[in-house]
Amino acid sequence: MLEIKNLHVKLEEEDKAILKGVDLSVEAGKVHAIMGPNGSGKSTLSYVLSGRDGYAVTDGTATLDGEDLLEMEPEERAAAGLFLAFQYPVEIPGVGNMTFLRTALNAQRRARGQEEMSSADFLKTIREKAKALKIDSEMLKRPVNVGFSGGEKKRNEILQMAMLEPKMCILDETDSGLDVDAMKLVADGVNALRDAGRGFLVITHYQRLLDHIAPDVVHIMANGKIVATGGPELALEVEKNGYASFESEAA
Amino acid sequence: MAVAQPKTDATEARIAALTMPEGASWATEARKGALARLRASGLPGPRDEYWRFTNPAGLVEPEAPRAATFSDTDERPIFDAIDRVKLVFVDGVFDEGLSDDPALAGVEILRLSDALSRDIHWARDLYGALEERGQTPVVRPLAALNTAFATDGVAIRATGKAERPVNLIYLHRSETSDAILHHLVRVEEGAELTVLENGPAASRFNKCTEIDVAKGGTFHHVRAQGRDHERRAVTHMFARVAEEARYKSFTLTANGVMTRNEHVIEIVGDEAIAHVAGAALGDGRTGKFHHDDTVFITHDAVGCESRQVFKKVLRNGAEGVFQGKILVKPGAQKTDGYQISQSLLLDEDSSFQAKPELEIYADDVACSHGSTTGAIDETALFYLRSRGVPTAEATDLLVLAFVAEAIDEIEDEALRADILDRLSGWLERRRQG
Repeated sequence: MLEIKNLHVKLEEEDKAILKGVDLSVEAGKVHAIMGPNGSGKSTLSYVLSGRDGYAVTDGTATLDGEDLLEMEPEERAAAGLFLAFQYPVEIPGVGNMTFLRTALNAQRRARGQEEMSSADFLKTIREKAKALKIDSEMLKRPVNVGFSGGEKKRNEILQMAMLEPKMCILDETDSGLDVDAMKLVADGVNALRDAGRGFLVITHYQRLLDHIAPDVVHIMANGKIVATGGPELALEVEKNGYASFESEAA
Repeated sequence: MAVAQPKTDATEARIAALTMPEGASWATEARKGALARLRASGLPGPRDEYWRFTNPAGLVEPEAPRAATFSDTDERPIFDAIDRVKLVFVDGVFDEGLSDDPALAGVEILRLSDALSRDIHWARDLYGALEERGQTPVVRPLAALNTAFATDGVAIRATGKAERPVNLIYLHRSETSDAILHHLVRVEEGAELTVLENGPAASRFNKCTEIDVAKGGTFHHVRAQGRDHERRAVTHMFARVAEEARYKSFTLTANGVMTRNEHVIEIVGDEAIAHVAGAALGDGRTGKFHHDDTVFITHDAVGCESRQVFKKVLRNGAEGVFQGKILVKPGAQKTDGYQISQSLLLDEDSSFQAKPELEIYADDVACSHGSTTGAIDETALFYLRSRGVPTAEATDLLVLAFVAEAIDEIEDEALRADILDRLSGWLERRRQG
């Protein structure tokens, strides 16, 4: 589903290489986790895949179901089925959460040549999905993420994911700033979306999120490269011994 | 202070092109008084401090600059779904045939010429009175000119809750029309009135409204200035707000080569409220756009609240100006004053100039003001795009979010929806280019 080959990326303004040849392949129905120390390039990978400005791809490719992601605008990537749950969800004063989601959902549907969802269907669907994430109607009405707690913001990201039903979900440090209860809610939300047609890339610094979202494959990233790939046991090794041994491998 | 000769010449040339309408002797006295004020100050010139950011050229000459008329039949007429009483002016002349029966509003409505030719005590007490008060500490010569020479308008007096809003509709049909309208509004104790205004009115439009809101009265005003690209307008709203009275005004402006909207509000009774808000959308691509909001709110009573909320969205060389002042007089304790003026510049060619002022002579007040100029928030834009919203649509959403605080000042839901509809229409047209 998601194929990344030899991806090299630098910061546009500083001419500083961040990703130095990333190879990664996420199959439909699988959950891959990327773990790594701060500054290893994990978040950069998520930004580059979603199309954020400020990064220059100097080599390599990234495709989603064979389509070249790097050639697409961010909204085209979304319509193609890519979703990034942000580490720091953005506050948008003045734009209601519902309006935002409905606009996004229908824009994606239009882009895919599908019919827009009616107001009634939209309301029904969002109420159901919000309920599962313990997002009340008040939160749905409020401006996007404004005045939300850290946990509410992350739950709101998962709600968007649930509504937009992407085929490839990237979760960037979704556990940061969450207490155990909130993490469980978020993980339940993610697990509910796991199915044979959908791939996940879970980016995290700590192993604890992976207790709740069990990965099929774990990658360790250090210094802009994937330096180790294995099963869930790799995450436990990091938990026990830290990243030091992997970093020396990368250097 | 003596007026410089070139200014006197310009003022006299303008006066010579006008005829003072006849009326009752008290009205003629009021008009002559205004003419004296106009002569004493002279018409505004580009060097006047109060016109520092807005060149009055085009507003002061004897002849109105030609302005093409514009057909806005591509959208449903604004306020169309509101049950209101329409009073229509064509190029500044009241058109009875196009208007509804004024009696349906459930308030007293007279044509200005009737009000000024009889001995109507409230009209006599009001005509030119608030305009004159509004001449200090800053002169407003175009308002004095209006009082002296206004040819038409309405006088509205509400003694209870009006049955329907009064909608003043200004049609622009002649490319050379030069309209001077003057309205009087008296909201009696505990009464309630909503006045709606829309349309470009004329090639050049000078409009003055004097609003006197008595104790416990409520006055709502929602205005949509016309879409004509070449029109010019200078408007003044002079208001006096008594004890526990409420005054709320909102204006939407899209297009217009020149607009200067002045609000001069004096809060004279305790626990009163005065809010003025505006959203201006300017696109220089379809002609020059210059929009100036000039507001002066005086607190002269205890425990009153005032708001000035002005938002401007500017692109392709559009120019926005805000001059806003809160004056808190000695003894006006517990004043709650707030002023915000913001512009969203969609490109580097557009400009916004703001002069926010606070002048406070009481020691127990809470007043704040803020003014910002900024571009679209790139982080928010990316967030929206990452969810599948295309750039143009995402930008529109952020523009609507930006003006929301001003729109929210409209209390009536149907009117708010109507204004939002206009905004969306404007954005839609801009997107299609």
